[in-house]
Amino acid sequence: MSAAPLLQSLFPNIDDWGEIGQACIDTLLMLGGSLLLTVAIGLPLGVLLYLTGKGQLRAMPKLYAVLSLLVNILRSIPFIILMIVLMPVTYVLVGTKLGIRGAIPPLVIGAAPFFARLVETALREVQRGVIEASQAMGASTWQIVRHVLLPEARGGLIAGTTVTAIALVGYTAMGGAIGAGGLGDLAYRYGYLSYKSDYMLVTVVLLIVLVQLLQMLGDRIVARYTRH
Amino acid sequence: MIRFQAVHKSYRVDGRDVSALQPFHLDIADGEVFGIIGHSGAGKSTLIRLINLLERPSGGRILIDDVDMTALSEDALRQKRQHIGMIFQHFNLLASQTVAQNVAFPLRLAGERNAATIRQRVDELLARVGLTAHADKYPSQLSGGQKQRVGIARALANRPSILLCDEATSALDPQTTASVLDLLAEINRELKLTIVLITHEMDVVRRVCDRVAVLDAGNIVESGSVVDVFLHPQHPTTRRFVNEALPEEAAGEQAPFAHVPGRILRLSFRGDATWTPALGRVARETGVDFNILAGRIDRIKDLPYGQLTLAMQGDRVDDALACLRQAAIEIEEITTPSQENRP
Repeated sequence: MSAAPLLQSLFPNIDDWGEIGQACIDTLLMLGGSLLLTVAIGLPLGVLLYLTGKGQLRAMPKLYAVLSLLVNILRSIPFIILMIVLMPVTYVLVGTKLGIRGAIPPLVIGAAPFFARLVETALREVQRGVIEASQAMGASTWQIVRHVLLPEARGGLIAGTTVTAIALVGYTAMGGAIGAGGLGDLAYRYGYLSYKSDYMLVTVVLLIVLVQLLQMLGDRIVARYTRH
Repeated sequence: MIRFQAVHKSYRVDGRDVSALQPFHLDIADGEVFGIIGHSGAGKSTLIRLINLLERPSGGRILIDDVDMTALSEDALRQKRQHIGMIFQHFNLLASQTVAQNVAFPLRLAGERNAATIRQRVDELLARVGLTAHADKYPSQLSGGQKQRVGIARALANRPSILLCDEATSALDPQTTASVLDLLAEINRELKLTIVLITHEMDVVRRVCDRVAVLDAGNIVESGSVVDVFLHPQHPTTRRFVNEALPEEAAGEQAPFAHVPGRILRLSFRGDATWTPALGRVARETGVDFNILAGRIDRIKDLPYGQLTLAMQGDRVDDALACLRQAAIEIEEITTPSQENRP
């Protein structure tokens, strides 16, 4: 407990470090849950965008236009507004508008279209010739997606996941302002509403550390899987 | 047998139909190496892709062993494609997969699940193309020639009856080109599969093809056995291609010989005639003099051939020519400058 007096003097307003620890865990839970669902929804959506695009394997201009418009609309609404607008939907989906559970639906709906675009872009980087070679070998569209597009775009997809995860950290912090919990909530309630600037400082530092860790992890996985 | 019946292809560009291939007929026999030569934009990439329907024809029928490819359902076409191998100018290997995994890919696509069977077939194929030691490398770690060998192994995985080569050696240096062409010739001999290749290099055609079609602006302007097309090109485009392959011949057009006395003749020998000392014998017997202006002895695939441009003088030149013709030597009279130049 020798560190306690030092912490006490540096951060006079913080009397409960356990609360900060809990906020960290809440943020990580929101991040993990929403990232998982974002990838689960955004990846197929991105593949669909890619396949139905002009000149692609399953070009469907009308479907592409509709999907593209939907993605653009969801991406143009600022997250904090999206969260408020979606409250009734959130309530229907998870039975609450608050806390970690209440935060996840708007996080996913906000981030999935963003991730889908990153997936589409990453898939477009796959060489046309490799796809043509697979078609010549008699691969079906599904086989091309599964065995060619996704593995070949692996680096771009992982980088896209990293960018999305970091965007989600930002979203969770915003979510804190309207009752989502986590580090953002702490910063808003104590740091902003109660003028306890040391809370703000600790929260910001923790968020920076979290983002750095995510980026490093993402870069490391990309390096591991890129073979060009 | 690959048979094109009245096949044509056009693309829609900005609302207008642009023709890529004019209607044509073409038969490619089982087991032959058929070359399609043309400049870029002549339509050769489109033509080769019509065979496995990577490009759909705008009209006409494409028959492979009497099966109309254009009438196949999507599933049936995929089945059929598994038995038509294809290799590419830029290899088109999966960068994220090892050499062995690349070669195993078509086997997996064809539904093979047994790892031991796959492993055994991959080993066999890598041994054939001489890459056994590189099985666990990634394509980025290989040279161009090695990548193309992986491409060939991959194309052969499902024991195809047809191998399509899309400018397969255009990205390789001359030495590597030669070794890849040797490999293709060996595969053609040993596996008896039909090879269709497109190229813009007459030398590729000369080395491996049995027959050739010359494509110019969407039209097949000339086709036939490589020997005939090579030794007696008819169309100007063909002549240009042949001259590229024979640099000394390019310089051997009429003009440089305008002041050479005698009749200027081009003698073509093929097969065994290449090795018989016919010219010397005929000169002795008829007393004509000859002067060699240009010449070359080489091979068209496995057939030796020679071509000599010479000036011939003497009283019995016509007799000499008759004797030479009897010895199965083809003669083309280029000009008779000594008469034209007479004041």
